Amino acid sequence: MNVVVCVKQIPDPAAPQSLDASHNLDRSGKLILDEADTYGVEMALQLVDKAGGGEVTVVSMGSGADVAGLRNALAMGAAKAVIVSDDALRGTDALGTAKVLAAVIKRESPDLILAATESSDGYTGTTPVQLAELLGLASITFAKSVTVEGSTVKVERQTESGYDEVSAPTPCVVTVTAGVVEPRYASFKGIMAAKSKPVEILSVADLGLGNEVGPAGARQEITAVLAAESRQAGEKHVDEGDGAQKIVAYLESIKVL
Amino acid sequence: MSVANIWVVVEPANGSLTSTSLELLTHARSLSSDVSAITWGDASALAAQVGEYGATTLYDVGDLGGALPGVPVAAAIAQLVAVRSPDAILIPTSYDGRDIAGRLSARLDRPVLTNVMGLSDEGGLVTEHAVFGGSQTVKAHFTGAGPGIIVVRAKSFVAEASGGAPASVVAAPSGDTGASGLAKITASHVEERTGPKLEEAAVVVSGGRGLGEADQYALIEETAKLLHGAAGASRAIVDAGWVPYSHQVGQTGKTVKPTVYIACGISGATQHMVGMKGSKNIVAINKDPDAPIFQIADFGVVGDVHKVLPALIEQLKARG
Repeated sequence: MNVVVCVKQIPDPAAPQSLDASHNLDRSGKLILDEADTYGVEMALQLVDKAGGGEVTVVSMGSGADVAGLRNALAMGAAKAVIVSDDALRGTDALGTAKVLAAVIKRESPDLILAATESSDGYTGTTPVQLAELLGLASITFAKSVTVEGSTVKVERQTESGYDEVSAPTPCVVTVTAGVVEPRYASFKGIMAAKSKPVEILSVADLGLGNEVGPAGARQEITAVLAAESRQAGEKHVDEGDGAQKIVAYLESIKVL
Repeated sequence: MSVANIWVVVEPANGSLTSTSLELLTHARSLSSDVSAITWGDASALAAQVGEYGATTLYDVGDLGGALPGVPVAAAIAQLVAVRSPDAILIPTSYDGRDIAGRLSARLDRPVLTNVMGLSDEGGLVTEHAVFGGSQTVKAHFTGAGPGIIVVRAKSFVAEASGGAPASVVAAPSGDTGASGLAKITASHVEERTGPKLEEAAVVVSGGRGLGEADQYALIEETAKLLHGAAGASRAIVDAGWVPYSHQVGQTGKTVKPTVYIACGISGATQHMVGMKGSKNIVAINKDPDAPIFQIADFGVVGDVHKVLPALIEQLKARG
């Protein structure tokens, strides 16, 4: 079984974030593999292992100048990486991203496509489903467990009140939540092996795409960036055995008690 | 009003509509005098409520035969759009809402704006989004022709009935879904839940990594119960598997706006803050005096949650 995992290299969420002059997220610093994607990579590795054959390919869009994040996925055990890197893609929206990923995935024709429920930088949260629609495939989002039996994917899908058991025939798209599996740490051997694994860098033209991706295809624009109304820090007490009592008094003052 | 007509996707839940659906209907009617709704399942049972919140027509996609809603509902909307396109389609941020938005976007070849927390008419619809943990607000709008697909977070607007007559139910055409519609629900499991829902509780007590280990979450649950509130969690402990995802508050979890939010052992990652900074009052307990959560807390206690919470539980019990 061959599995494609859609991954994204993002600015470190722990570092300060800002928008550049074109209102795009500043990505000039070091990029890392989105932690949310490590669950999909791990899930894919386990499914391929269980199927007894096949390989995991990571597919991405973004700057190909720094592929340390992709190497991280390769070090975990993915066989190869494909990244679409093109200046013309700066300012691409979620739908445009899905068009780019769809063009790559068509060449791979995998049995299963995994992705995170959303990226940790943009949070749009629709790309995997847009991708599924463009590929004409079924999708199951918010998986908390994934198993494959023959040509059927079985998923426990998060709901507001619990979870549903959902199944779909392969190939299909599944988005996984954090907690679907525990991602492995790359071993030293894995890190060394990743250095010689193939990372293919493609351009928009390589995929036969044009203006439907990139900023023109986004058909949306940011008109203003404003400082949000900020909350002020209130009272702060160091607990000297009276912390609970002070909280009770505060809850009384706001009439919760 | 320059916004001619708005459609709202309204989600059924146990014979009623979800609270976010009602919030969107309410806001839609403040922007346009022509509001229609789209639902699935048993639409006739929802027509009165849909009308009460301001929509005049309710498009009914009907029984989905066990399919996940995303594909069939988006296919039906795409068919309706081909006949009479609205200016905007509002969709609640939810598991199924996001599926519908993604499917519809690709079908119509129109972009989406998601995580919307404000929507106004400024000679065209302008959306508002909180970015960087809510420290900045971004305003955006669509360009080009066709309906804007707008996915709105819970609690962005206040739901208010208008007293309108029941909406007239119109059967929506069913679109061709092909292989994409083959994801089927084979069983549903409801997790046992006691007390108020997280999004609706007046008091939310949340725990984070500062609890140290999974079994300490019982302190959060007990405090929440004594305050007749709901128990929430940071992403860190949900990812660690201590509590189910349904408890998660934050960018990737639920948005809550209770009367009081009590953050216990939560440092205040921007990811978390965006989901709770709209709370009326915020109390924080954290042993690190420099934790970012104190910057937005109305009342902070610098202390160990393992000492403060048991003492708080004891005092609340003593009050009966």
